[in-house]
Amino acid sequence: MSKQKHNPMIAVTISIVPGLGQLYNRQFIKGTTFLLLTIAFVVSFYQFLNIGYWGLLTLGEIPGLDDSRVLLAQGIISLIITGFAITFYVLNLINAYKEAVKIKHGRKNDDLRKSFKDGWDKSFPYVLVGPGLFLLIFVVVFPLLYMILLAFTDYNLYNSPPKNLLNWVGFENFISLVTVPIWRSTFFSVFSWTVIWTLVATTLQIALALILAIFVNDPRIKFKKFIRTVLILPWAVPAFVTILIFAALFNNDFGAINNDILGPLFNQAIPWMTDPFWSKVALIGIQVWVGFPFVFAIFTGILQSISKDWYEAADMDGASSWQKFKSITFPQVMFATAPILIMQYAGNFNNFNIIYLFNQGGPAVRGQNAGGTDILISWVYNLTFETQNYNMAAAISIVIGLIIAGFAFYQFRRTRSFKEEGEM
Amino acid sequence: MTRKTKSNLQVIGMYLFIGVVFVFISYPLLWTLGLSLNPGTSLYGSTMFPENWSFVHYKWLFFDPSSDYLLWYKNTLIVATITSICSVIVVSLIAYAFSRYNFIGRKNGIYTFLLLQMFPVLMAMVALYLLLNLVNMLDTLTGLILIYIGGAIPMNVFLVKGYFDTLPRELDESAKIDGAGHFRIFFTIMLPLAKPILAVVALFNFMTPFMDFILPSIILRSPENFTLALGLFNFINEQFGNNFTRFAAGAILIAIPIAAVFLYLQRYLISGLTSGATKG
Repeated sequence: MSKQKHNPMIAVTISIVPGLGQLYNRQFIKGTTFLLLTIAFVVSFYQFLNIGYWGLLTLGEIPGLDDSRVLLAQGIISLIITGFAITFYVLNLINAYKEAVKIKHGRKNDDLRKSFKDGWDKSFPYVLVGPGLFLLIFVVVFPLLYMILLAFTDYNLYNSPPKNLLNWVGFENFISLVTVPIWRSTFFSVFSWTVIWTLVATTLQIALALILAIFVNDPRIKFKKFIRTVLILPWAVPAFVTILIFAALFNNDFGAINNDILGPLFNQAIPWMTDPFWSKVALIGIQVWVGFPFVFAIFTGILQSISKDWYEAADMDGASSWQKFKSITFPQVMFATAPILIMQYAGNFNNFNIIYLFNQGGPAVRGQNAGGTDILISWVYNLTFETQNYNMAAAISIVIGLIIAGFAFYQFRRTRSFKEEGEM
Repeated sequence: MTRKTKSNLQVIGMYLFIGVVFVFISYPLLWTLGLSLNPGTSLYGSTMFPENWSFVHYKWLFFDPSSDYLLWYKNTLIVATITSICSVIVVSLIAYAFSRYNFIGRKNGIYTFLLLQMFPVLMAMVALYLLLNLVNMLDTLTGLILIYIGGAIPMNVFLVKGYFDTLPRELDESAKIDGAGHFRIFFTIMLPLAKPILAVVALFNFMTPFMDFILPSIILRSPENFTLALGLFNFINEQFGNNFTRFAAGAILIAIPIAAVFLYLQRYLISGLTSGATKG
C-alpha cells in the first residue's frame, strides 16, 4: 500500500534541493552524493560566480584597479559553470520524478551491486567525453564566447584596459560597420573580394584536380604511381614554406618570375606586389597550386571505387566519352565528395595564411583601412594585432561566424550520416 | 581520322597536360633547392643554378653558435609528439562515445562539433592569449600543446566517429554478451580496427606544429621556445630579401622529412580520409 502512496510530485518538489528527492525514493547513496555535490558546488563556487556576474554586468567599476578583460573572462567562465549546474539540476529533477514513478508502480529497489553496475554503464560515455569536453570548452568555446562578447564593447586602442574600463555598447559596432563611411567602404570591398576569392580559387582548384584525376585514372596512361606521387607533392610541402617561396618568386624587383621568365620572354615586368589586380591573380594561382593535390587525392580514391560495369554498359549503348563523364563520372564524384568540397570552400573563405604571408594583404588602398587583397579573416587579424580595434575585429568575426554557420548548416543537410547513423 | 589515331592524340594530349602541371609543380621547388645552395645570403643576386654552389647555409643552421635551428627542431618534435599522442587518445575516446553510446547531448554534440570545426583558431586568438596569461602559461610549450589538442578535437572527432560508424556493431555487441567491459571492448576491438583513421589523426596532429606559425607567434615570446615554423618565419619577416637563402635551406630541411612521411603514408591517408569524411 505504501508504494501506491509514493508521490512523484513530492519527489520533484523536495528535489529543489538536489538529493532530497533521491533520498525520498530511498536511493540513499545516490541522494547523499547529490546532496554533497550540491553543497560542495555552492560553497566553492558561490564567491567566484558572484564576482563573475558582477564583472560581466558592470565590466568593473574602478579604472586602473578592475581589469575589464579579466572580469569578462571570469564572467564567461561563470556562465559556463552555471550552464553545467543548470543541466545537472534539471537532470536531477527528471531523475527524481522517474524513479518515484517506478516505485509507485511497485518496483523494488535494486540491490547495491546492480545499481553500481548500472550507474557505471550509464555514466561511461560521460567518462569518455569528459576530459576532451573540458579541454574543448576552454580552448574553443570559451574564446569564441569571449570574442562574441567583445563585439558589444568599446575595446580599442584608445580605450584599453587596465588603464580604462570597458563599457557595453550594444550593437553600436555593427551599426558603425555599415554606416561610418570608412568602415562601410572597407567592409564591402573586403567582403566582395572574399566572396570572389573563395569561389574562384576553390572552383579552379577543384576543376584542375578533377581533370588530373580523370586523366591519371585513364587506363591508357602509364606510370600512374609516379605521376600521382609528383602531383601530391605540393600538399606534402608545408604550406607556409610554399607561400613564402612564392612571395619571393613574385617579388617585383628581384623575383624570378619577373626577372627570369617574363623579362627575357616578353620583355616586361608585372607589379605583382603593388598592384591589387595582379596580387589577386598571383594569390589565386598560388592557392590552386597549394590546394589542388588534396582534392586530387580524394577524387582519385573515389574514381577507383566507381563500378566498371557502368562504363561497360555505357560503351554498349555507344556513349561518347563526354556523355560518360557527364552522366557517370561527374555525378558520382560530386555526390561522394560534396562534404569535403564544401569544407574546401569554407577553408578558403578563411584562408588567412596565404593572404598574410604573400604580402600581408597589401598593397594599401586609399580611403579604406584594409589592404587591397585582404579577406575578412586577415582584416580581422590586422585590426586585432596591428591597429588594436578589438571591438570592430570582434564584430567582423561574428559576421564571418554567421557565414560559416551557413556553410555548416548546408553541410548538415548534405551529410548522410546525420540521417542514417546519427539516429540511434 | 581513325579511332586509333584519335585515341593516340587523346593520350598525347593528356601526357602534355600532365607534363605542363609537372613543370609548374617542380619549378618553385627546384628553385628553392637551387637558392639554398647559393653562397650569399640575400635574395638579390642569388640564382637558381649557382656557379659556386655550397652547403654553407646548411652548415650555418646546424653548427653556428648564433643559430637556434636545432633547438627549434627539438621544441617542434616535443610539441608534435605530445600533441599527436594526446590527440589520438582524447579524440578516439570521444568518437567512441559518440559512435556507440546514447547519452544526453549526443546529437547536439555532433552538430556543435561540425560547426566548431569550421571556425579558424585565429578568431579566438585574443581570448586564448588572455586565457594563457591568466593561468601563467604564456610563452610555454605546454600552453601551445594544450591549445593544439583542444583545437583539433572537433575536426578529428568528426573523422574518427565516421570511421567507427562503418565498423559493424555486431562485433562489440557480441563481445558485450561475452562479458567484456567497456574499456576492454574499446581497447581490444575498436582501436585495432580503427588503425587507419587513427594513423591519419596522429599524422595530421604531428604535422600541425611543423606547419603552423601563427599560433606560436602569438603565444611564444622567447627565441629559445620557438618552433621551427615560427623561427624560420622570423628569419625573413624582418627583412624579406636578406636572409632568404638561409630560409630556403631551413625550409628544405623541414619539407623533406614531412614530404617523405606524407608520400610514404599517402595510401593510408587517402583511404582514411575518404572513408571517414565522405561517409561520416
